[in-house]
Amino acid sequence: MLPELATACVCPESPVPPDWGNTLPLLHEIRHALQRLIETGAPSAIDLRALPFGPGDEAQLLAILGQGEVTIAIEALGPTRIWETAYTGVWVVEHCNTEGARIALCIEVTHVPEILLSQPGDLDRALIALDGALAASPADLSGRPQSL
Amino acid sequence: MATTKTLGEVLRENGVTRRGFLKFCAATASLMALPPSLVPALAAALEKARRPSVIWLSFQECTGCTESLTRSHTPTVEGLILEHISLDYHHTLQAASGDAAEHAREDAMKENFGHYILVVDGSVPLANPGYSTIAGITNRVMLEEAVKGAAAVIAMGTCAAFGGLPGAAPNPTGAVSVGELVKGKPVINVSGCPPVPLVITGVLAQLLTFGTLPALDGYGRPLAFFGQSIHDRCYRRPFYDKGLFAESFDDEGARKGWCLYRLGCKGPMTYNACATMKWNQGTSWPVESGHPCLGCAEPHFWDAGGFYEALSVPTAAIARTATYAAVGGVALGAAMGILGRTTRQKATAQRQPVSVDELEQTP
Repeated sequence: MLPELATACVCPESPVPPDWGNTLPLLHEIRHALQRLIETGAPSAIDLRALPFGPGDEAQLLAILGQGEVTIAIEALGPTRIWETAYTGVWVVEHCNTEGARIALCIEVTHVPEILLSQPGDLDRALIALDGALAASPADLSGRPQSL
Repeated sequence: MATTKTLGEVLRENGVTRRGFLKFCAATASLMALPPSLVPALAAALEKARRPSVIWLSFQECTGCTESLTRSHTPTVEGLILEHISLDYHHTLQAASGDAAEHAREDAMKENFGHYILVVDGSVPLANPGYSTIAGITNRVMLEEAVKGAAAVIAMGTCAAFGGLPGAAPNPTGAVSVGELVKGKPVINVSGCPPVPLVITGVLAQLLTFGTLPALDGYGRPLAFFGQSIHDRCYRRPFYDKGLFAESFDDEGARKGWCLYRLGCKGPMTYNACATMKWNQGTSWPVESGHPCLGCAEPHFWDAGGFYEALSVPTAAIARTATYAAVGGVALGAAMGILGRTTRQKATAQRQPVSVDELEQTP
């Protein structure tokens, strides 16, 4: 904040973020999704960008969900950060673009988020690349793995 | 020019892995307001999507719609979509000028006849063809020529969709919307002054992905983005339901983030995606910044009364409806929408047309 704003007559924002009431119903939705995962194995996903959050709502929700044991970073078309919350099976998936700006934020209630799985198309390309490496001379194999 | 390569092929040529592609699809699904469960279907459709030709015509406009589009801040999604389309004519963005630019438009129309997407921003003047021309061609003639070979027409921004500011009373140029002139071709209205950047690319993504028109509302706008009112998606809605309103821009209610209805908010009569998609990388939107919604995505918003006048409801009725609100909920928001439309209709009926000469005589 600019120092001048601290002494301004009108404070532009309340120093304490108010509770807009959006967190509680969302927590109930996550609870239902978790129960569905347990009973039927069906995963769920909630697009947080589609929800009308007020200032501070998202931070409040993420604070309540907390941080669990797993944190994963993916580098594909910019960074993606995934972490399991303190509630097992409830994951936060944050996609960013190459400039680091967020382009999607989802809650996934699942055993493992889909994007972590190796994709069939990439497996095919990996097999071709590995075959190519094996067909090459031993000297080539001793170096670093060739780019796919 | 448009090519036969699919989006999947283009992405792989650029070294994008399947995992990266899935991420792209997840972001695009969010962009298109699709539920995350549709990401696999979206991935299958996007994989096969072919590169369309897009011709963008700008008529009576301020270039705000193009500014909005090009200043979207998520290059891995919008950028990929925009790089994938073949933007064959856009006289603000293209390098060519003069005859070369017009030849590019004519060539694109000829080579992609029946398949290109025509995007138009700005209204079309009918009072005098000379009010707005490009390369000596009137807007109306250029539009009618371009529409013949278009697969679909997107009216981008409130000016193109509803006449907008040029069409506001007394409408000196006789401005009309694109939809009033285009017959026999589907017209998708993407209103807003300007439209939300993600909505612009979301509609392009819909056409690119599925090759079908999105479901539209009564004003020809995509329901995915214009299906719910600002009021019903507003995070300040609980304060409306409790009857807690800011009465001025610096009172206790304003500081506490109460409802801006009494400061003229047109949220109850306005349908747009601002409340969820927001602006400036999702940073904020007018209501979050403490300003009432102007209703810029609605027809004749400029003539719907003062921006800072509450929708025309007597004070007593506001108090009464605020009491009902705790019970009525969403239904009340709809009722306010109807009241808003009544205001617009009244304002429209009260227009006093004046001539250009009279305008010039005004001190």
